[in-house]
Amino acid sequence: MFSIFDIPSQALFGQLLIGLINGSFYALLSLGLAVIFGMLNIINFTHGAQYMMGAFVAYLLLQLAGLNYWAALVVTPIAVGVTGVVIERLFLQRLYQLDHLYGLLLTFGLALIIQGVFRNYYGSSGLPYQVPPLLQGGRNLGFMFLPNYRAWVIVFSAVVCLGTWFVIERTRLGAYLRAATENPTLVRAFGINVPRMITLTYGFGVGLAALAGVMAAPIYNVSPLMGQDIIIVVFAVVVIGGMGSIMGAIVTGFALGVIEGLTKVFFPEASNTVIFVIMAIVLLIRPAGLFGRSA
Amino acid sequence: MERVVDPLAAGARPRLVSSEAIAFAVMLGVLVIAPVVAYPVFLMKALCFALFACAFNLLIGYVGLLSFGHALFFGWAGYVGAHLAKVGKVSLPFWFGGWKWFVIPLPPLSPELAILGGALAAAVLGLIAGAVAIRRQGIYFAMITLALAQMMFFFAVQAPFTGGEDGIQAVPRGQLFGLLDLGNQMTIYYFVLAVFVACFLLIYRIIHSPFGEVLKAIRENEARAISLGYKTDRYKLVAFVLSATLAGVAGATKAIVFQLASLTDVHWTMSGEVVLMTLVGGLGTVFGPVAGAFVVVAMESYLAQWGQWITVIQGVIFVACVLLFRRGIVGEIANALRVRL
Repeated sequence: MFSIFDIPSQALFGQLLIGLINGSFYALLSLGLAVIFGMLNIINFTHGAQYMMGAFVAYLLLQLAGLNYWAALVVTPIAVGVTGVVIERLFLQRLYQLDHLYGLLLTFGLALIIQGVFRNYYGSSGLPYQVPPLLQGGRNLGFMFLPNYRAWVIVFSAVVCLGTWFVIERTRLGAYLRAATENPTLVRAFGINVPRMITLTYGFGVGLAALAGVMAAPIYNVSPLMGQDIIIVVFAVVVIGGMGSIMGAIVTGFALGVIEGLTKVFFPEASNTVIFVIMAIVLLIRPAGLFGRSA
Repeated sequence: MERVVDPLAAGARPRLVSSEAIAFAVMLGVLVIAPVVAYPVFLMKALCFALFACAFNLLIGYVGLLSFGHALFFGWAGYVGAHLAKVGKVSLPFWFGGWKWFVIPLPPLSPELAILGGALAAAVLGLIAGAVAIRRQGIYFAMITLALAQMMFFFAVQAPFTGGEDGIQAVPRGQLFGLLDLGNQMTIYYFVLAVFVACFLLIYRIIHSPFGEVLKAIRENEARAISLGYKTDRYKLVAFVLSATLAGVAGATKAIVFQLASLTDVHWTMSGEVVLMTLVGGLGTVFGPVAGAFVVVAMESYLAQWGQWITVIQGVIFVACVLLFRRGIVGEIANALRVRL
């Protein structure tokens, strides 16, 4: 046991861990937002609700179908992703010719509907979700205690983030995606089905949100309101990082989680607001965001 | 954004009395008689929200900026107004070799001064938030205003004078100008109506001034406005501060009327509600926000027993408006009659 700046190391590393956990979710969610924004030019306000749906689907799979955490980790993103595909086909497709703000308003309305319905059936208190048996317990690292599940969340979300980055930046499919972002008409002329690609991109982004929801279920309680505040923080993360770059979204997400965690140690009153303050400072110094290209 | 085509430009014949003047006379007439038939508290609530929506519409309708954080100005003006009316004493922290308090020993203020104080606070907040937010356009602007409002929401939860979860309760309605007792339901109704009409006319004047024309030019084509020599950032900032101030008047008035300032009014759901009202009534129409506010407030009071389903219904209205009904109620009427409203 030692201390840094009069803060005991246990508290410091504990908050650092919580910061990394939150950062994992910020990174996954802002990554999904950035992928969706790149193709659809829509800011997906429903993202928080879809994150919540991910946690609920995992909870219901366990309660009703007896499917465990590992199965939920695979099934949930697909199931929620399919609802995303339906939303894109039914609603979003009609908005591409209009001002981008209509996309924001429509997805905001959808978020209200989804959250309202879940709140009606499950109230606003949280439902518990057990940590899977394989990941229960933890290990003592000497300077702190590390629960296994939390280590898993950090590692797995980093892997998912980097995997997404690899697919988009380093594969042929990703090249098509990036090309369609730049010039959809030209890419269509090459015989690539761009509307289908847009639909699937939205489904994928939504699936990422749902995956984050499944991972969050054992840490936070499963609650209809779990997505509504985190989405605003993620918006701030996206503004800070700038939406131009996939890697930017990932790095900013993790970094801000850590900064938030450290603020909890050194200046707890400001821990809720620190990300927003950073956003304001970044906007004043570098309006396009840290990794963004100026419009 | 899709806009109502200017009917005069589209070849409609010019009229002796403008459609807007007729609509204003009808609105004023209805509102003067309304408390005889309708419940005054409901009307006052709707009027406060109508003013809030008009202030919001000044930005979205005429500058093309979607603020998703207007609850910041509405709610905080409510807190400041309620505090001035109930306590009066203002303590501002400042740094002088350590944090110290700069105390202004005010007595509890009369309601009109409390509302002015709330509006002033909203103007200052609008200046700060606006200076940050106008650095980005479009969707980013919406996200930034939402984030700033959320920051001030957390601040409202923690700050000692806001009363946290309880809010500021039992705010005295007081004596208007030290003369008229606002405890009387009719007196306070006509006071709220006067505040609303004055601000409504001010907004109308702003929209139809040379300044307002520049705002519309920025909305249509900002690059061109810049190339014509307008410092568009300054125009946007002034418009933002005006909108914030008027939203503040609405918030402080609501706090006096309902004798309460609470977290509900600074929460992002309130920002969403004012967007909904304006969207339902018609973005960029003068009377749309008023109609939208009455429709939404009426819906909320009639559906109160449905509890959480209200959120779902609001969401459905959002989706329906965006997909099918982008002009809003007043926009559709104006389009059908080929007049400007």
